[in-house]
Amino acid sequence: MTALPTGAAGFLHRFDGLRARLPGARLPWIQALREQAADAFRAQGFPTRRVEAWKYTDLRQVADAGFEEALSVVDSAPALPPAHGSARVVFVDGRSRPDLSTLDGVAYGIESLAAALEAQEGRLGSLARPLEQPMVALNTMLFEDGLVVTVPAGVAGGVLDLVSLGTASERPEAFHPRHLIRLEAGASLTLIETATGPDGARYLHNPVFEIEIGFGATLTHARIQQEAPRAFQLATVYARVEKGGTYDNFTLNAGGKLVRNEIHTLLAGPAATCHMNGAQLLRDGQHADTTTVLDHAAPDCASRQTYKTVLMGKSRGVFQGRIHVHQVAQRTDGYQMNQALLLSPEAEIDSKPQLEIYADDVKCSHGATVGQIDADQLFYLRARGITEARARSMLVEAFLTEAVEGVQDETARAALGAAVTGWWDGQEATA
Amino acid sequence: MLKIEGLTAEIDGKQILKGIDLKVPTGEIHAIMGPNGSGKSTLSYVLSGREGYEITGGSVTFGGLDLLAMAPEERAAAGLFLAFQYPVELPGVGNAMFLRTALNAIRKGRGESEMDAMQFLKMARERLKALQISEDMLKRGVNVGFSGGEKKRNEVLQMALLQPKLAILDETDSGLDIDALKIVSDGVNALRGPGFSALVITHYQRLLDYIVPDRVHVLMNGRIVQSGGPELAKQLEETGYASVQAAA
Repeated sequence: MTALPTGAAGFLHRFDGLRARLPGARLPWIQALREQAADAFRAQGFPTRRVEAWKYTDLRQVADAGFEEALSVVDSAPALPPAHGSARVVFVDGRSRPDLSTLDGVAYGIESLAAALEAQEGRLGSLARPLEQPMVALNTMLFEDGLVVTVPAGVAGGVLDLVSLGTASERPEAFHPRHLIRLEAGASLTLIETATGPDGARYLHNPVFEIEIGFGATLTHARIQQEAPRAFQLATVYARVEKGGTYDNFTLNAGGKLVRNEIHTLLAGPAATCHMNGAQLLRDGQHADTTTVLDHAAPDCASRQTYKTVLMGKSRGVFQGRIHVHQVAQRTDGYQMNQALLLSPEAEIDSKPQLEIYADDVKCSHGATVGQIDADQLFYLRARGITEARARSMLVEAFLTEAVEGVQDETARAALGAAVTGWWDGQEATA
Repeated sequence: MLKIEGLTAEIDGKQILKGIDLKVPTGEIHAIMGPNGSGKSTLSYVLSGREGYEITGGSVTFGGLDLLAMAPEERAAAGLFLAFQYPVELPGVGNAMFLRTALNAIRKGRGESEMDAMQFLKMARERLKALQISEDMLKRGVNVGFSGGEKKRNEVLQMALLQPKLAILDETDSGLDIDALKIVSDGVNALRGPGFSALVITHYQRLLDYIVPDRVHVLMNGRIVQSGGPELAKQLEETGYASVQAAA
């Protein structure tokens, strides 16, 4: 067996081999998108740390792994994470599995991208920027499937589970799903995404979301990242929020070896709101990066961002948060907070807030704290008879609970709370 | 109950306690009075086991146990309770969960069975009522957003639930208005009995009108310089600490 080519060359090589067989190969507009993306990826390759946006996250271990395309679907019944509602779509290695999905009583449009590709002209690629983002270029070049959701005007969509499973195979696999979510005026949806895989699996999950939130619509988007311990997830989310709309994103980074959660939100209409919150829970050897890019491009919009990271062993966390307040965005109300709890002297957190404000009537604040467990709080608990180990555990859990409590949607909040508690209890059990 | 002999302690190389001798027999309430900087809070922290203080000499026994050799949680389990001068805020830790965890830790130490949430709630409600604390306080984060008076009442609530053998009240009167002071004092007096001792640390005599001590000790410059009956507190109120210093 010959070694697979690695790095950008490996993926380009695969694109050359697959281009005639990829979904949409006969659609000129898809062809054009893919070729453009391939050119961009060929020119830029994997981002290196010399690129400002990737200064703290080194992708060499991803580039150096030789990835296979995921093999054709193996008919098995993989273990699925708990469901949070009645509707659930399941993807295995990036391909939709209708046999594992349940869509009973869904009052809005759900299709697989592979099946509905032809109808997505003008929609697919309307928000993603492959020419600027190499990982998005890679996704555009090689995507095979994804979720297409359209919630019609005024429809309350309820809860939808999106499950992504990576499977174990001898060689690392890569998959690049493209998800298109559209909420029309006044619609609502709670999308709870769980990405996971079995312990031994090695894969790259490189999803791109294009999310359109219409007039007065509300999308709650809970992302529970529990990838396999040796897996990589590099996710890019693009969201555009129209007048009076709300995007409530919470990303929990708990699994994987190296992960990046990059969110670009555009507040495009007046009085739009976005929450980008999250927690990163890192064990020894893990690297998690949350990068947010927020554009306040209309007046009277509000944004809230709180990210909390707990770091153990030799783990590394990154938070980069850029807020761009355009000149028209008067009366912007922006808040950004990044807090880290270091439980080990070897752990490292890098925090880079960036505010660019071009409007003059703006309320924008940001802050960052890095610390250890507070000695006064610890003593207070111990003075009440609580053992040191239990007291530490209570304080870490409290730190995390606070992050999740801001999520408005009850189902999403409960799902995230359970994931956080499960992670911490698992940590306690192995400690 | 509590026996302190020749206790000396320092923080950051600075000696604060310079040889404390004190006995609090079972069932008695003793007051320690003294001006700012006399070592009152240091004494309460050293007795409850806070880190950062170096014990350089002397001994403390509590019910026959070597108190200084015990971890803070072991001291609490043995029946020692410190009511904090500045109760600590614990955002994200629910007060009810905190109180029940503490109660069960102490009960475990006493060899008693753990209380479930229902049993606990019933007990807590009774105590809340007696201390005129709204039930809403159970749902909030520990001390988060509490007023000064609410924090102190929360301390006394904890004491009422944990039923210690010895309570150290570190300036529990500070920041309390007269009504809150009465409520807090009633909470302490309710525990009074043959199995309960207390060390009431205060700057002012006012609190001792409500919690009448068996003995009053004056702490100045790291030493007990005078001891007497409850009348000593009244005398201090009239003449001030300077007169004691002059006499010492």
